[in-house]
Amino acid sequence: MSTPSRAMRNPAASFALIGLALAWLGLMVGLPLAIVFVEAFKKGFEIAREKVLEPDALAAVRLTLLVAAICVPLNALFGLAAAWAVTKFDFRGKNLLVTLIDLPFSVSPVISGLVWVLLFGASGWFGPWLRDHDLKIVFALPGLVLATLFVSLPFVARELIPLMQAQGRDEEHAAATLGAGPLRTFVLVTLPNVRWALLYGILLSTARAMGEFGAVSVVSGHIRGATNTLPLHIEVLYNDYDMVGAFACAALLASLALVTLAAKAALEHLHPDGLARGAGR
Amino acid sequence: MILAAPRPILLSWALRARRSRGVVGGFVPAMGFTLAYLSLIVLIPLAALAVRPWESGLTGVWHTVSDARVLAALRLSFGAAFLAAAVNLPMGLLIAWVLVRERFPGKRLLDAAVDLPFALPTAVAGIALSALYAPNGWIGHLVEPLGIKIAYTPIGVFVAMLFVGLPFVVRQVQPVLEDLDQEVEEAALLLGAGAAKRFATVILPALTPALITGFALAFARGVGEYGSVIFLAGNMPYKSEIAPLLIITKLEQYDYAGAAAVGLSMLLISLVALLVINAVQLRAARFGSEAA
Repeated sequence: MSTPSRAMRNPAASFALIGLALAWLGLMVGLPLAIVFVEAFKKGFEIAREKVLEPDALAAVRLTLLVAAICVPLNALFGLAAAWAVTKFDFRGKNLLVTLIDLPFSVSPVISGLVWVLLFGASGWFGPWLRDHDLKIVFALPGLVLATLFVSLPFVARELIPLMQAQGRDEEHAAATLGAGPLRTFVLVTLPNVRWALLYGILLSTARAMGEFGAVSVVSGHIRGATNTLPLHIEVLYNDYDMVGAFACAALLASLALVTLAAKAALEHLHPDGLARGAGR
Repeated sequence: MILAAPRPILLSWALRARRSRGVVGGFVPAMGFTLAYLSLIVLIPLAALAVRPWESGLTGVWHTVSDARVLAALRLSFGAAFLAAAVNLPMGLLIAWVLVRERFPGKRLLDAAVDLPFALPTAVAGIALSALYAPNGWIGHLVEPLGIKIAYTPIGVFVAMLFVGLPFVVRQVQPVLEDLDQEVEEAALLLGAGAAKRFATVILPALTPALITGFALAFARGVGEYGSVIFLAGNMPYKSEIAPLLIITKLEQYDYAGAAAVGLSMLLISLVALLVINAVQLRAARFGSEAA
């Protein structure tokens, strides 16, 4: 029996469409990814390894990890609090709040850095006060942290809100009716229900925190070995025509991106109900 | 000002929240933390962006944004982002279609590859694209004999925005296409509609809102993009200099008001563009519901 849906299939057209999609993705995504590793290992694995272990590169790796270690937990905490407030209660202005949480995604990374310079730079609003008190925010670690907090703020909230919305409030209400306080309800009921989405949000937020370039570029001051994160260090090496060095460090960050994608695929495969639909957008 | 307000608002919200749902507590601490954190990290800093340009007065702002170099940079950022989003629109639809409707080996890998422009740090993308499209690069040396220069020209800006905008249309269209009931298509087939007609009359109208949203997201991303563009663009004033780079140039000259003015005008133009896109979206939705 020939069903209409089979009648709608046209093998030649299918072949052409698949071929075109593969060719486009290969050109747009495959080649850029491939060239990172090809350029990094052009002179052999050992040289690439040495480049990544140079003192300035190591300092950049350490700074990148430090910034992420400060920012990711804070934004995770914010995401949990925001998702709890938005999904478990009714209040006016909820849509506005959700829009504001998403705001950092629609702002240019350069603007995300610029705003901190306007506040804390040499001629920023608080610049003179900071100078008088011998405090440094811009061109130092606090500036890098603030810029990174700004750009990676929405990730956890964004993964949690749609999922918790879909899960509803029944379980929390049951817990509360049985006498559990809000904290107990949250830890024993809500948190287990959202753990995979939380993990995924943390993963995305970490990847962004470690990979951010534009925002930290504005607030870093580009002091080698001191305020250069790994993405900024890549720029320095590239501008010095140290291609193998630049691409070796880039390969390190690209591997992080690949791990993120693999983890996403694994989570979607293993816990499809534990993630919001359309996760990662 | 923003920090002083939350108390009474929070209290009235808390009362309403209690009245409406009653049982589960913890609204005030969760909401209080959310608002305080959001204000400190996002809202107050953005308020500085809205206020600082006017330090130099209306004439100062006008002087900054009417400068030929600033106008050229804004035109390039918005124009290239529009073109890139316009190319990503059909290509994104094609990829979403293939991922949902076709079956072939390696599909899962292809699905994951769509997210790479999201996941790859922009500096990495920037140097990779630059190495590909430079005159001696893998792609650059192929197109150079044709007289096409991509790296260090406005085309380079366009190519970088094409890369960062790739996932948006796919990821908007994909779930809608998955949910699309094939029975309507089958009915159209039985009524004698050819493939092209089925696509234009049954599928496309259902996908239009998602296509427009994907276009808008890709456009917004392109406008603000910095890292992946600057390595490939050459950054020549008036020619291949994007607006975000001009902000950094102005900051380096300690022209804070000027930098803020460029940043604010970028945000405002984006806002207007998104409002227009929203209006198109609403019309399309109304048209779609009338058609159905």
